[in-house]
Formats: sequence, C-alpha cells, structure tokens
Amino acid sequence: MIECCYIKDIIRGFASLLVGMRVTMQNMLSRPHTVQWPREEAPLPPRFRGHITVLPDEMTRYPKCFACGTCARNCPSGCITVSGKKPAGARKKVANSFFLDFTRCSLCGICVESCPVGALDFSRHYALADFDGRKFQEMDLLQDLVSPF
Amino acid sequence: MSITPLHLLIYLAGISALVGLNAVILVWLERKVAGHMQFRYGPMEVGPHGLLQTLADGIKLVSKQLLVPNQADKPLFLMAPIVSLVPIFVAMMPLPLGETVQAWELNIGLLLIIALGLLNTLGILLAGWGSNNKYALLGGSRAVAQILAYKIPLLLCILTIIMMAGSFSLRDIALAQEDGWYVLYQPLLFIIYIVAITLETNRSPFDFSEAESELVAGFHTEYSGMGFSLFFLAEYSYMFIASALASILFLGGWQGPLLPGPVWSLIKLYAIIFLLMWFRWTFPRLRIDQMLSFGWKILLPVTLLNFLVTAGVLAL
Repeated sequence: MIECCYIKDIIRGFASLLVGMRVTMQNMLSRPHTVQWPREEAPLPPRFRGHITVLPDEMTRYPKCFACGTCARNCPSGCITVSGKKPAGARKKVANSFFLDFTRCSLCGICVESCPVGALDFSRHYALADFDGRKFQEMDLLQDLVSPF
Repeated sequence: MSITPLHLLIYLAGISALVGLNAVILVWLERKVAGHMQFRYGPMEVGPHGLLQTLADGIKLVSKQLLVPNQADKPLFLMAPIVSLVPIFVAMMPLPLGETVQAWELNIGLLLIIALGLLNTLGILLAGWGSNNKYALLGGSRAVAQILAYKIPLLLCILTIIMMAGSFSLRDIALAQEDGWYVLYQPLLFIIYIVAITLETNRSPFDFSEAESELVAGFHTEYSGMGFSLFFLAEYSYMFIASALASILFLGGWQGPLLPGPVWSLIKLYAIIFLLMWFRWTFPRLRIDQMLSFGWKILLPVTLLNFLVTAGVLAL
C-alpha cells in the first residue's frame, strides 16, 4: 500500500543521506585530531595534575619545604611522609626527606592547597609506567633538589 | 576460445594474486578511510603510512590456531569459508578489465557471476549453522532473510541493462556504452544498484549478518586464524566483483580517454569501492525489518517501474 508520504519520505531520506556523506567527506579532508604519541606530544592542559613535587626556594635552591607536616596531616590517603631538620646556622628547618606513596595518592591536591609556603605543586610527568610497582610506593621527591645537608 | 590446462594455471595464479593483493589494499584503505573520517590517521606504524599493516595482520592470522568449537558441525564449519571463497575464482573469469584483459569471454558471463555470487550467502549460512553459536546462527539466518529483498531489485537492475545492451556478455555490454555510459540514461538505476551491492556484500548500513554491536561478529563469531581471514578475503573479493560489475554495467567498463583500459577499469572500480567505504563510515546500521521493508516497498516497485518504462521506451 502506498502511504501519503511515500515519495516525500524517499526524497527526504535520500537528501539526509547526502548531508551525512558531506559531513564525513569534510571530516576526511580535514586534519586528524589525534597525535602520533611517542613521536609527537599533545600539549598538556595548563592545570594538568601529575604527582606532586617539592619546589625549590628561588634564593637558596634548597627545598622550599620546612617540614611542618601540614600536607602529611591533611592528606586523606596518608601517602606523604616528611621529615626535616635545621641546617647549621639556619633559623628554619629544611626538609631532608619527603616521600610520596603514589600508589595511594588520588591527586586530590589538598596537600598543594594546604601548604603554608606554597612549596608543593603538581608536576607535569605522565608517562610513568614501570615494571616495578614498588618504585611508586616510595617516591623520593627531594632527589632532584639541592640538599643543604 | 577453448581453455587449456595451461590457461587455467596462469589464470589461477593471476587471480590468486589479484584476490590477495586486492584484500591487502582494501583492508588498508578501509582502515585509512575509517580513520580519516573520524579525525584519526588510521594505521601509521608498519611501513610507510601503515601500508604493510595488513601483511603483518595476515602473518598473525596465518600463524593462529584454527579452533573448532565443541559440538559444532565440524565438516560444515570447516567447509563454510571455502564455500564462500572458491566461487570467486570462477566468478572473476568473465570479468573484462580491459579490451584484451579478460580470462574467458563467455556469452552468459553476467549470469555466471550472478549465480556464483549467491554462493556467498550459502557460505554464510553454513558458517552460521555449523558454528553451534546463537549469534552465528542469527547472522546466518539474517543473510538468508535479506537475500530476496535485494536480489530481485538487483536482478531487475541488471535485466534492464541487459535489455538496453541486448547481450549477457559483459564485453558486449561495455562496448555498447561507447557513445554514452548507461549511468547517464539510468541514474536512478545506478543508485539502486549501488544500494543493492551494499546489501549483497554485507556492508554497513546493511551488515546485518555480522552486526558487531548486536551479534558479536555474526556468522564468523567462532572463526579464528585462516577461517576468519578466508571470510575476509571473500568479503573484499565480492566487493571487487560487485564494483567491477557496476563499472562495466553503468560506467562503460575500461573505456575512457588517454589512459589505457585496465587503468580506467581499476579507477572506476576503486571509486565505487571507496563509495561503499564512505557509506560504511557514514550511515548507522538499519534494523533488519527496516531493511526488508525498504527492499520490498521501495527498491522492488521502483526497479520494476523503471524496467517497464525502459522496456516501453526501447520498444518505441
């Protein structure tokens, strides 16, 4: 049985198919959005959250952290262990060990927000895979910094 | 011209090379087209622009174990991919890819291709039945359910062309279009033919028998290794045959200015294959009932009407 919109439906349907094909052809002729990863890198977004790092003091190049322990106390996962001592002749303590258990960290950022001197920040490392998971249980965040001790 | 065993050997070697190369290139092309239509690159790692990716996949598939599921109908299960692939070697014989490039000039070549093209469905049904898997069985039965809905319009299309050319021989049909391709006289028929071969080659938006999102992989769910790759080879070879037919029936076959005949043949053929790929990555899959009503309510009356009108015009 021929319904009222038989021919109209065919023409309309056919036109919509052409519209779809035009869209995919335009997609095909435009540049791909993906990045061939190991050879090219996509720009990281400015607020990217990697694991946390301890920042150096601009003047002394020592760790800015004075081991007050606020971050460790506020961490909901309890994954920060920090200790510090006074270098000879200094007024303040300086961190001499700062360990992060990255296997438990949820990257919430409370430590970064709670630090009274702004000594913590998110790093921009993301390709962290390793065969040894223990490497991430005790990440030494001071290893790239100059130590006063 | 009689066919000697030597002819047959040369032909088989040539056609095996063609089937293999065609599948390698088409799989690569399909993945490239898919990638670029979705803002991706597609394969890029193996060889320049991923050209050797299919070869790498082929080596992987050959080295895989051919598993036969428990309680499957073993002879049928093992036979199905072969039933799917073997008719291709005969169906390619009457295809003229150039003025002189044709394995066997046969006065009913078109009929031979149509008849052997149907065996693909038999292979799919055997695979679906033999696998002892509900998804495979559904895929196989879908392939059979849709066959009438597209074969009759397809045959009516071809019949109209045969009527216009006055011959079943593909060579004569191509030669009859010397002064004007049939696509100019029958644009509607060309569109219907393209739709029908999309159905015949089981490609999206009509890929009901393998419908990934509904039936896992449809009829070839249980196949691994070479069984799977034979189906793949068959699928791409049927695409090749169907597109070659389209180029001969509607686009004048090998005829064209400047370039030699086989080059024109391949250009037209691969343009139609690209069109099929374009469809696949644009249109979502229909439901089986939508396809059946489309076949019976639209394709069939339109082709029938077209056939009658053409017959009337030719008679005048």
